Amino acid sequence: MKSILELTKVGIVFDTPKGGFEALKDVDLKISDGEFISLIGHSGCGKSTVLNIVAGLLQATTGGAILEGKEVNEPGPERAVVFQNHSLLPWLSAYENVELAVRQVFKGSKTRAEMREWVEHNLNLVHMAHAMDKRPEEISGGMKQRVGIARALAMEPKVLLMDEPFGALDALTRAHLQDSVMEIHAELKNTVIMITHDVDEAVLLSDRIVMMTNGPSATIGEVLDVDLPRPRDRLALADDAGFNRCRQRVLQFLYDKQRKVQPMPAKSGKGQAASGQAVEKADSEALRQA
Amino acid sequence: MSEFTLPTWIESYRDLVTGKANKAQVSELARKLGLPVLGLLAFLFVWHVAAASIDTSLGKFPGPVDTWAQAQNLYAEHKVEREKADAFDERQRKRIEERLAVDPDYEVKWRDYTGSPTYLDQIYTSLYTVLAGFLLASVFAIPLGIIIGLSSSVYAAINPLIQVLKPVSPLAWLPLVTMVVSAVYTTDDPMFAKSFVNSMITVSLCSLWPTLLNTAVGVTSVSQDLNNVSRVLRLGWLAHIFKIVLPSALPMIFTGLRLSLGIAWMVLIAAEMLAQNPGLGKFVWDEFQNGSSQSLGRIMVAVITIGIIGFLLDRAMLGLQRWLVWDKQAVQR
Repeated sequence: MKSILELTKVGIVFDTPKGGFEALKDVDLKISDGEFISLIGHSGCGKSTVLNIVAGLLQATTGGAILEGKEVNEPGPERAVVFQNHSLLPWLSAYENVELAVRQVFKGSKTRAEMREWVEHNLNLVHMAHAMDKRPEEISGGMKQRVGIARALAMEPKVLLMDEPFGALDALTRAHLQDSVMEIHAELKNTVIMITHDVDEAVLLSDRIVMMTNGPSATIGEVLDVDLPRPRDRLALADDAGFNRCRQRVLQFLYDKQRKVQPMPAKSGKGQAASGQAVEKADSEALRQA
Repeated sequence: MSEFTLPTWIESYRDLVTGKANKAQVSELARKLGLPVLGLLAFLFVWHVAAASIDTSLGKFPGPVDTWAQAQNLYAEHKVEREKADAFDERQRKRIEERLAVDPDYEVKWRDYTGSPTYLDQIYTSLYTVLAGFLLASVFAIPLGIIIGLSSSVYAAINPLIQVLKPVSPLAWLPLVTMVVSAVYTTDDPMFAKSFVNSMITVSLCSLWPTLLNTAVGVTSVSQDLNNVSRVLRLGWLAHIFKIVLPSALPMIFTGLRLSLGIAWMVLIAAEMLAQNPGLGKFVWDEFQNGSSQSLGRIMVAVITIGIIGFLLDRAMLGLQRWLVWDKQAVQR
């Protein structure tokens, strides 16, 4: 399969009051059309920064991302983002939230009736058609995230970017949503980049798992091909040898090779964890300025 | 059949009347109705006692009884004045009819009755002056607040200026406003009286600031995630303002509007006193200058009227806010 998205020598340096802080260095990645990629790593390793560079919300200092032969340098609906905390407009209903995106993306190319149908189609896809007139405050966290996914899918993105989409949800809801995402991916065959902390989630959903080293100057440590047949069933995979081998590989990377030194509260053992926080801080600061 | 259900607060009254009220309902009613009434009675008593022991050059300070008598007086005067006006119109109509019967070519000239404004007329004048001033202030403050809030540089540049202008008293503005208005607003056939324009502008200048500041703060605190959504969707700047910024900031804007209306009403009374706008402020001033034995009682009526109208304006604003704002939690009491 030809690659749709290419990251070449991506590096980013944030300006901080204490001087430049290199969060990412030499990130190289080629993603094929229809591939489901997970980015996994300890918090603060710069996973979100990679995603934000692909989204265009942050600008790489060196290198860059090329989507279908065009360099990415601003955000756009062809790289729709599902944000961690749903980011729905609280004053609009589920339907109106999706409609806002559809109107913006398809004005001029779809009639009103087609838009309506398309909004409803996408809400159906995430099983939210029954609650489309509800406001975000009236539905559960999982349902909000479903609407967030519907909004992103409705933009017909070339690449769907998901920033820890299920991070704030309880385990059961998360499992439901993972199943939904697998279902949708099987149906639409879209290209997805997902950030996660959850090893099982990464193995269950992905075609490839990209494991990142700890920052500063984080980069890709290992890439694991998950060649488990689809459709995947979480129950059947629970004691599947292939599934467990993949799991083992990722766990080994995270807890053995890239072991994160947790600072003891009283001691001055700052080390890597502290610099990890610095990445996150610099990251959010850069986003605010952007 | 009980398909028709009453609001719960009426239900508890019904239960009280029919003797079915339980303990919780009785104590709820006692809290909601009993305590305020008790507070009011206590206040009236203290007022009555205190008033009796204050002597002024215009006689005793008016107690609740005198004040009530003056309120009735004012209403009676209003009715008398209205009757006079009606009678005047009636006479005029008759005269015109008779004249037309004799001389069909007669060009009709209608003369309005020119009596002095009654107390109710003055309340009406005050109300529309304050609303005009408040609207004028909002028309400037909301867009300006959005511009200031959108750019942190503009905010930093303008904020000190706002902080200095905000605490300026209406009395300081009024002479300046008066001079500028009489220099600029010169027509032979003015649509508005100058006293009205002066009061309105002074009210605007003083009530502008809470709306301006709250709008700016509301706009600066639009969530970063929503801004990112807007960027991913590539919303144009106008769409960004109307679809993301304005709805986000609406709860804060309303908080500002409510504060502004409160200030506007307070400022208005002072402005009317000095600008001689025929509203409640002028009424108080005139009664003070008049100095009859009834004057203090009448001023007391005005004080109570001002309080009640201020309260009602605030409630109306709150109702509007509850109706318009999506974030019901942001609407406090």
